[in-house]
Amino acid sequence: MEITMLYYLIPSLIMFCCGVYGFITRRNMIAILISLELMLNSVDINFAVFNRFLFPGELEGMFFTLFAIGIAAAETALAIAIIINVFRVSEKIDVSDVTKMKF
Amino acid sequence: MEPVIPIIILALPLTMFLVLGLFGHKMKHPVAGVLGTAGMGVTMVLAYITAFTYFFSGNPEFIDADTHTRLQAIVFNVDWLAFTDSLVIRLGFLLDPISALLLVVITTISFMVHLYSNGYMRDHHGVWETGFQRFYAFLSLFSFSMLGLVVATNIFQMYIFWELVGASSYLLIGFYYTKPSAVSASKKAFIVTRFADLGFLLGILVLSFYTGTFNFTDFTSTEVAEGVYRVSEGTAEGIRAMIQNSAAPMFMGASVLTWALVLIFMGGMGKSAMMPLHIWLPDAMEGPTPVSALIHAATMVVAGVYLVARLFPLYLMEEASLNIIVVVGALTALYAAMVACTQIDIKRVLAFSTISQIAFMMVSLGVARPEFHHGLGYMAGMFHLFTHAMFKALLFLCAGALIHAIGSNDYTAMHGLRKHMPITHITFLIGCLAIAGIIPFAGFFSKDEILTATLGHSTLWYVWMSLVAGLTAFYMFRLYYLIFWWKEHKVPAGHHAPHDQPWTMTLPLVILAVVSCLAGFVPFGNLVTWNGEEMFESVSFITNLKALDWTVASVSLAVAVVAILLATVMYKKENPLPSKMKNALPALWRWCHHRFYWDELYMFITHKIIFGCISKPIAWFDRHIVDGTMDGIAYVVQRSSYAIRTLQSGNIQKYVWVYLIGALLLGAVTAVCLM
Repeated sequence: MEITMLYYLIPSLIMFCCGVYGFITRRNMIAILISLELMLNSVDINFAVFNRFLFPGELEGMFFTLFAIGIAAAETALAIAIIINVFRVSEKIDVSDVTKMKF
Repeated sequence: MEPVIPIIILALPLTMFLVLGLFGHKMKHPVAGVLGTAGMGVTMVLAYITAFTYFFSGNPEFIDADTHTRLQAIVFNVDWLAFTDSLVIRLGFLLDPISALLLVVITTISFMVHLYSNGYMRDHHGVWETGFQRFYAFLSLFSFSMLGLVVATNIFQMYIFWELVGASSYLLIGFYYTKPSAVSASKKAFIVTRFADLGFLLGILVLSFYTGTFNFTDFTSTEVAEGVYRVSEGTAEGIRAMIQNSAAPMFMGASVLTWALVLIFMGGMGKSAMMPLHIWLPDAMEGPTPVSALIHAATMVVAGVYLVARLFPLYLMEEASLNIIVVVGALTALYAAMVACTQIDIKRVLAFSTISQIAFMMVSLGVARPEFHHGLGYMAGMFHLFTHAMFKALLFLCAGALIHAIGSNDYTAMHGLRKHMPITHITFLIGCLAIAGIIPFAGFFSKDEILTATLGHSTLWYVWMSLVAGLTAFYMFRLYYLIFWWKEHKVPAGHHAPHDQPWTMTLPLVILAVVSCLAGFVPFGNLVTWNGEEMFESVSFITNLKALDWTVASVSLAVAVVAILLATVMYKKENPLPSKMKNALPALWRWCHHRFYWDELYMFITHKIIFGCISKPIAWFDRHIVDGTMDGIAYVVQRSSYAIRTLQSGNIQKYVWVYLIGALLLGAVTAVCLM
């Protein structure tokens, strides 16, 4: 059985949809962050797969994936820092409770 | 004449106003009082010098040597507002018989009142009235405005100062501004006179539009009256066009000149409290009594008379306007005299008496015709203005002394004061005799001249005015007996036993009483006549006595004596006669006591008709239609923004939902389209 692009893309799509679902439905900020990471990672898989299958011998997609992983790590660190600070102030990490900066 | 003294006459009271108004509160009370009084004293001396120079110096500037005619002399006249070449408003100083006369009257009365107020404006323990310095500042402002009014060289200057006296009258009536009645009285006086001044302004505009001039000398030079028109060409044309009805524009059946004069007279009616614009004067008695003496008896209220006298040659051209003046004056005189018989507040009795006496002057001017005794009525009106100012100021200052001693305006609180206040008693009696017209007091001569002039015009008005003169004597002596006779109260109504006043209050009373005794002998016919001609060949102390028409004089004397006797019978002792009379004619008494319901009528017209039928609908329209439109727009915008606001919740998850659904829809649509 030959392993085609589809075998990679379907799990990636499922991952992405899980990410979207989690992002919309979760109230916990950490959970939202995890969902965000899921979406990013599914996109990274797509990059790698398309590069591997469509443009073998070139490395742009791989580099893009590496960049995305790096930026996602930085972003996660930033988001965690914000969440910790929010927690320190309000003792909550539930998005519906963090309304102090609204209006 | 050098303009130095006239300038000081005007500048000194103004300076006093500024000094006392700006720095008065830092001065000690006596300093402010003495400063104000001294300033007015100097002004008075300068005014005397000016008047004396005008009347007796024989200067060819003031009197024509050949015809013995007194001239109108413009001492100075500066361009104040030069709008265009032809429309220039000037401020100046006009000397002629009536302005010189008024200079003397105003400064004399004003000085007396300044002096008197030093004593009046403090209580028995010597505690000064609050706002004492402010009081003196306002008195100075009033004196300045009134002097500026009488020396005006043009009708516009007169209008400016006319409004200034109105404003200072407002300030002084409302001097006790913590008392609601004083506040509403001052508002009433201001609004009523402002309403009348609307007519005055319209009259000025009509007159100056058609004649092309504001100057009194153009309007009133004798040449205008005699049809010679020595005045400048444009003015002459204008006046000629106004007189000759065929060439003049007509409006509602009367010539524009008549309209202009009647409108100007309306201003005079407001200031001089002629019916139906008299309602403010009785209420104006809320002010301090010296103010009533100065403004509401002697000077400001005769401004209307002065205005008519000032424009007399013009009025002479329109018989109709003079007849209106006579009718208004005669009705007012009788009305005010009747009301005065039933009032309880002594100041109100005096106020109605003032209205009645001013109406006498108006009638006198209205019946004056050059063909009758050289315009006797004009001279008589001015004479009465002079004598009335003296004795009415005296009566008011006496009333002030009584009120000061008793602490009430109500004569029922007084009774039997003649033993306690002998000086006030004697001076008040002299004032009463003068106003009643008993020989040889001042009022006799002037009133007699007025009655003679009225008889020369029409018998009806003569009988009418004689009746009013009798009523005058009656109500004044009623007041006199009620205050000074009757049995005195066991317990004084005031805080202590009444007594005479300090010298600052007594001295003006004595001076004015002496003047009231002697003023009748001033040979007025040689000083103040409508065209400046002298009436008598030679003058001596008894000129006026010799000139009397003894039939008229004896009749008026008899009327006055009978009226006084009647008052003596009815009011010397407490007796049932007055209440019997009151019960015999209850309706008449009630109407008089309620001043013929004029105030109620005005209340009805203003509140029910104007406020109710006009103002309220307008207010409703403004509140509901105009405001409603604006409110409606604001409401719609506000509601819709509230509705939209929930879309921007700040909740990212919701945004993602929307984004997702939108993206899916877009995808679906694209897919359908591509297929």
